[in-house]
Amino acid sequence: MRVNFTVNGRPQEADDVWEGESLLYVLRERLGLPGSKNACEQGECGSCTVRLDGVPVCSCLVAAGQVEGREVVTVEGLADHAKQRAEGGCANGACGTSLDEAKAWQAKGTDSQTGEGTELSPIQQAFIDAGAVQCGFCTPGLLVAADEMLERTPNPTDADIREALSGNLCRCTGYEKIMDAVRLAAARQSEGV
Amino acid sequence: MDFLRPASWGEALAAKAAHPTAVPIAGGTDVMVEINFDHRRPEYLLDLNRIGDLREWEVGEESVRLGASVPYTQIMENLRAELPGLALASHTVASPQIRNRGGVGGNLGTASPAGDAHPALLAAGAEVEVESAARGTRLIPIDDFYTGVKRNALQPDELIRAVHVAKADGPQQYSKVGTRNAMVIAVCAFGLALHPATRTVRTGIGSAAPTPIRAKAAEEFLDAALDEGGFWDNGKIITPSVAKQFAELCSAACNPIDDVRGTASYRRHAVGVMARRTLTWTWESYRGTRRTSEGAA
Repeated sequence: MRVNFTVNGRPQEADDVWEGESLLYVLRERLGLPGSKNACEQGECGSCTVRLDGVPVCSCLVAAGQVEGREVVTVEGLADHAKQRAEGGCANGACGTSLDEAKAWQAKGTDSQTGEGTELSPIQQAFIDAGAVQCGFCTPGLLVAADEMLERTPNPTDADIREALSGNLCRCTGYEKIMDAVRLAAARQSEGV
Repeated sequence: MDFLRPASWGEALAAKAAHPTAVPIAGGTDVMVEINFDHRRPEYLLDLNRIGDLREWEVGEESVRLGASVPYTQIMENLRAELPGLALASHTVASPQIRNRGGVGGNLGTASPAGDAHPALLAAGAEVEVESAARGTRLIPIDDFYTGVKRNALQPDELIRAVHVAKADGPQQYSKVGTRNAMVIAVCAFGLALHPATRTVRTGIGSAAPTPIRAKAAEEFLDAALDEGGFWDNGKIITPSVAKQFAELCSAACNPIDDVRGTASYRRHAVGVMARRTLTWTWESYRGTRRTSEGAA
C-alpha cells in the first residue's frame, strides 16, 4: 500500500509498504532516514522515539498505515523543529527539512569540535557539550524525548527529566551525563542563550 | 494482510462484522509487538485511530464513560479526581511513549492478567461497553469480562467502544511490584477502593491468577469487620489484626504461577503486603477527609 504523511514538515510518500510494517521501518528503509534506531522492536527501549502529531511515541509500535495524513518529526528534523519553535512558527512557509537534507544530516566532525559549524538544536548541542553521547545508539530517541519535555516543561526538575526519559534505555549506562545535558539545555533555554 | 481504515465507528463495526478475524489496532503497543516478532500474522488489521470518538471521555453523575482509545497520559492528566485508582495505574504503564499511545480498550482487548488497568477497574467497579453491527450495544460487568488467560467476553463481531468506570466516592489506591519504576510488566499488582457511600471495599489483583480477579472473601471480611467495629462512623485506625487478616485473605485469593518475573509464593506474599499497605493508605486518607468535613461542620 501507499502511505502519505508529513515528515519533518514536508509531505512524503512511501510506496510498496507492507500492511504490517512499522513506521520505524518506513522511515529507515523506505525513506532512507536511519536516525531513528531499531533496537528492541517492542517498545521497551525508546531508541526509535519520534513525534507523531507532536506526541513522543515508539515508531516501532505504530503501524505504517496509521500515520496516513499525520505529522512525524524525526531526529533528523529536530534542529529545524527547535528553530521554528524558537522563532514562534514558520514565517515564510518554506520550513521543515527536505528528505535529501534529512538523509545527509549529521553533526559534522568526529573530534572535540563535533557539532561546530552545523546547526544543532539546543538539546543536541547540550548532549555534545555535556559528553552525554557514548556509543550513540540511544541518543536519537533521547534527543527527541528530551526536546519534547523541554517544550512542555521549560524548567524541569530532576524528577521531571527522569520521568520524561524513563522510556529510553542507555546500555552504556551514561545516565548521569544525559541528566547533565538536559539540565544544561534547560538552563540555556531559560537564559535565552 | 489487509489494512482496514474505517473513518467512523459505524464503518468499524461493519468491517468487524464482515471480517470477524480482523485484529483491531489502536495504540498498537500489544499488536505491533506480536507482528514485529512474527508471533501473529492477522489476515486483517482494523485501524481504529481515525475514530475520534474513541479518544473522548464524558464525566457523568455516577460514572465516567471513557473512550476505549483515550491514552493513559490523558487519564493521568485529566481524570485523577474522578478515577484516582485508574490514574495511578495509568502512571505505572510502561513509559511516556507507551502511555501516549495505549489505552484501556487495548488492555481489555488483550485481557492479559498483567494488564495494569485491570485491578483499578475491578476495584472501582466498571462496565465494558461493547458493540456489534448486528446486535447493537451491550454492557459487560467487569467481573464477567475476563474469561481466561488473554481471553475476554467479546464476541468475534464486537468491538470495545468505551468503559464506564464508577466515579470515586472515597479514596483509592494502586500498587505494583516490579524491578524498576518504568518499563515493567507487573510481577503482581493490587488495586483497592473504599466506597463509603455503600460502606464497602473492592479489590483488584493483577498478575497473580489466570485472569485479573477480585479478592471477594477478603472484601466480605473487611466489610463486616469495618461495620462491626463502627469504623466508618468513628474513623478509628484499622486494628492491625483486621489488616493482617485482610492481607492473608487477599493472598489466599491468588492462584499464581512461577515464571521469569517471580515465583508463585513471592506473588502471594507480595499481594498480601500490597493489600495491607493500600488499606492503610486509603483508610488514612478516609480518616483525613472525615476529620476535615467534621471540622467544617
